[in-house]
Amino acid sequence: MREAFRDALLRRAHERTVVLTADVGFDVLEPLAGCLGDRFINAGVAEQNMIGVAAGLAARGFEVWVYGIASFTYARAFEQLRNDLGFLGHAVRVVGNGGGYGYGVMGPTHHALDDYGTLLAIPDFAVYVPAFASDIDALVARAAASAVPCYLRLARAEADEPTAPPFAAWRRLCAGVETSVITIGPLAASYARAFERLAPERRPSLWSVGELPLGTLPPELLAEIAQGRSVLVAEEHVAQGGLAMQVAYACARAGANIARFETAHARHRFDRYGSQAWLRARDGLDAARIVERCVG
Amino acid sequence: MHFESGVGHIGGNLSALDALLVLHHEFLRPHDLFVLSKGHAAGALYVVQWTLGIRSDDELATFHRDDTALPAHPPARAPQTPFASGSLGHGCSLAAGSALGLRLRREPGQVYVLTSDGEWEEGSTWEALIFAAHHRLANLTILIDRNGLQGFGTTASVASLDSLAEKIAGFDVEVRVVDGHDPRAIRTALIAPSERPRVIVLETVKGHGIAFMEDRLEWHYRPLTRELYELALEALEKTP
Repeated sequence: MREAFRDALLRRAHERTVVLTADVGFDVLEPLAGCLGDRFINAGVAEQNMIGVAAGLAARGFEVWVYGIASFTYARAFEQLRNDLGFLGHAVRVVGNGGGYGYGVMGPTHHALDDYGTLLAIPDFAVYVPAFASDIDALVARAAASAVPCYLRLARAEADEPTAPPFAAWRRLCAGVETSVITIGPLAASYARAFERLAPERRPSLWSVGELPLGTLPPELLAEIAQGRSVLVAEEHVAQGGLAMQVAYACARAGANIARFETAHARHRFDRYGSQAWLRARDGLDAARIVERCVG
Repeated sequence: MHFESGVGHIGGNLSALDALLVLHHEFLRPHDLFVLSKGHAAGALYVVQWTLGIRSDDELATFHRDDTALPAHPPARAPQTPFASGSLGHGCSLAAGSALGLRLRREPGQVYVLTSDGEWEEGSTWEALIFAAHHRLANLTILIDRNGLQGFGTTASVASLDSLAEKIAGFDVEVRVVDGHDPRAIRTALIAPSERPRVIVLETVKGHGIAFMEDRLEWHYRPLTRELYELALEALEKTP
């Protein structure tokens, strides 16, 4: 997705666009550097300073994008993100590459499993999570237009993406029966592929969320819940502060009574490591396990 | 103000006051920017802004009270304080970004930031210094209130950086060390041009101007009692 991000930003770049990177983006961001000249800044391995500098630049009227490895960008610089962006309302766009288990066997320091839950605790922070590479253009446009600081969680796109409908905060990728699966990020693409192979009478419905905090729940989803369906929320994020908690909260506020509420989520574990696919399977987030939980 | 509100931090406000006065009265122009990185000196900043007529007596009287716009550290989204500081180690990055922004826009203006000396224990402050030096932000001036006392000890006893000026001079910046209570010395340092970022180490005394507070650790946090407040007023009245 990082190439799609670079290309989307290249198409949108203007004289007030500034990009800061925390010394990452080799072999990807060079065209941006060429396009932006002195407005492309390698801020070095210093994420805290990068966010503070970004706030200063935003205060001077620039459209600022900061780019880094997701886990380092939001966790190391949390106080700068909260105080210097959130408290002050500077609409800096924070782009974290490798959201969730994107860095796989690189190990736990490189996993971003608590990113959007953490950032959504900051006042006025918006989060955008693409499910498909084709979402990036629309999300870069939304982030560029954002009046508040925002976080764009980039991940590795699925190799075999189905044709995606245009980006929306909520998208029903397939209609189905009995269970409503709600997910976020590229897991949606992998589940869509797996659900396609199920007979229509056994297929769960599949919802993809692309924007947090959650807005109003879509009427079609509320109708599914009203039919007494189970809801299964799956996410490459820990349970605390995650999508499932937000869905449950939104349902409670909407007066929607869920017959059966289930979750699949990432866990910080420190015994064995592996690829993103292996880690997803370990946590029961892979498509096979989700299908099994929905249809047995 | 501090007495009436029952608030501490007066020692570090008094050590910074002379530099804040010179800077605001003689140097800051509308296109310049000041960032108070040592946010606990907000009281001194509010008072200096009062001397410039941009804050009223009534406003100052609300300092640190319920429903005030003047909390103990600079507030967010307020016209007179561009950044909400108070957590140490933020101001130099914010100032560096602001200075870079001015340069990219080819706009005039100097960005000044005042840090404490204890604040140089924060790694992010050094990150900002590296950045400012590397980008040769000649429109950035970092002032350091070197009063030698922090929250729970002397800077020398907690985490010695002596000599701080020499360490900073290891970077590609212009360093000057001046008496932070001598307006002429402060002025001379602020006038001196440079093609590199400037760092002015202000040798100061915590609690400056009130004999019983001077260079005493407890006046980092301790609020004034009525007795000590009256003693301080008496001492000030006797000061020529």
